[in-house]
Amino acid sequence: MSEQKLQSQTVQTTGHAWDGDLQEYNNPLPVWWVYTFYATVVFALVYWTIYPSWPFGKGWIGGVSDITYVNSEGETKTHSWNTRALFITDMNEAAVAQKPYFDKVAAMPYEQIAQDPDMSGFIISAGKSLFAENCAACHQAGGQGVIGFFPNLTDDDWLYGGSYEKLHETLVGGRRGYMPAFSEVLNGDQVDQLANYVASLSGIGHDADKAVAGDVLFHSETAACYYCHTNDATGRQDMGAPNLTDNIWLWADVPGARTAESKVAAIRGVISGGLNKGVMPAWSDRLTPEQIKVLTVYVHELGGGQ
Amino acid sequence: MNFNFKHEWIETNIGLMSVLTMLAISVGGLVEIAPLFFIDETIEKVEGVRPYTPLEQRGRDIYTREGCYTCHSQMIRPFRDEKLRYGHYSLAAESQYDHPFQWGSKRTGPDLARVGGKYSNEWHVQHLVAPRSMVPESVMPNYPWLLSTPLDISDTTNRMKALRKVGVPYSLSQPEYDANVKQFGETVARQLHIPDAQENLVEQANFGNYDGDPSGISEMDALVAYLQVLGTMVDFSKYTDDAFVEYR
Repeated sequence: MSEQKLQSQTVQTTGHAWDGDLQEYNNPLPVWWVYTFYATVVFALVYWTIYPSWPFGKGWIGGVSDITYVNSEGETKTHSWNTRALFITDMNEAAVAQKPYFDKVAAMPYEQIAQDPDMSGFIISAGKSLFAENCAACHQAGGQGVIGFFPNLTDDDWLYGGSYEKLHETLVGGRRGYMPAFSEVLNGDQVDQLANYVASLSGIGHDADKAVAGDVLFHSETAACYYCHTNDATGRQDMGAPNLTDNIWLWADVPGARTAESKVAAIRGVISGGLNKGVMPAWSDRLTPEQIKVLTVYVHELGGGQ
Repeated sequence: MNFNFKHEWIETNIGLMSVLTMLAISVGGLVEIAPLFFIDETIEKVEGVRPYTPLEQRGRDIYTREGCYTCHSQMIRPFRDEKLRYGHYSLAAESQYDHPFQWGSKRTGPDLARVGGKYSNEWHVQHLVAPRSMVPESVMPNYPWLLSTPLDISDTTNRMKALRKVGVPYSLSQPEYDANVKQFGETVARQLHIPDAQENLVEQANFGNYDGDPSGISEMDALVAYLQVLGTMVDFSKYTDDAFVEYR
């Protein structure tokens, strides 16, 4: 049928023939297509006139449309249309909507923010997204941390302190953990004795004789562990020296070790190798003071705040 | 007819058709790209942007070798959501020494234009070796060999010479070095001096110990050094939010 239809029409050919008899029909484009094409041409002309488009000399044609925005000094400025000015406008609009909350955050003391029902709703939603983007990569989505790498923020144990002020200090300035490698000053037996003593502090299976010897070593000038971890091994938050008596572990993977021997071995590894990690970046350049304050309260409310 | 004659003439001359096809398809590129070389204000005038140090540049080579750009862009657009997540939008000036630039057009992973300083070296090392140990929902492949492969530093100077040819101001002679001291200050200029490249690389890697293993220089050292400098060169607190509008 289509063949009949073709024959019934008088379609022109392009006029040239290959191999003597091969010819090509010259069908016109559909009318709707042609007019759509013309419409796009007209659209382009209008678009070029309104928005910045053609390069011209050492600059470009800015277009007839302007954009007015308010800069950080509060001055109203007008510039030929561009996305950077549009961005400022967008940021300003959002800032206006959030301003009452952030102003309150800036003005209120931490305790009051945490207790105010309206504000704690804001802290939970704003804090959650700030935490997810900036903190969760290390401390994980729920703040549970990763043993061996990043501390748990939901327990009661704090390396540098869990008060609002200390959390704020940590967020603003960052932290850097350090413990010397004791393999350089102690022999293998001594490290083993210390590890058994540290295990005994948390009630983990250990060799009692070695633990006694480790106790002496811990408080001796040879190892001088008490210097940072204190005499009763509860740690010093001003130095980031952890409490060794609470059975909460960060660097030695004690919970992941199955047998008492491997738990002691994990502690031994930390003592002999030391630590030159536990780096927390400083956030003062990346987040605003209000955002840091929101995060301070958010982290405090994760469960371990003091 | 005259028209038909020309058409047939092109179709039967493959050489002519190739030339005309080339001309037709290059129009788009020429119109869009060429004028940018002549516009004065394409690159914003900002302080702090410098070419990469030898170690950072080697890290960048590994970044391109491993194809990081296929999933990670380095281009923060001037939108509110991007600002909130990644930081200040990227400036043209910040990639002026990038050859090739790593802007990218697709994100499977997050944008990395300002990842520098956001995480610790330790996190980067662990995350590159085993991404899911740090980010459980990640689809990023593991790159364990970066930690075990020593960095080949033998061709560092040649790589820098190649970049110098395409316009990166690495210095070979004393006058070039002096010009760099003037433009970037002495500390940076020293890092840009090609004859000292290997020495500088070793020094930076040993001092920074980016991979946590002080015994040697691995590819991880270089890559983490590069990641940690991304987006950190310009101090945006020096500029008002509308300073860059003037360039558009």
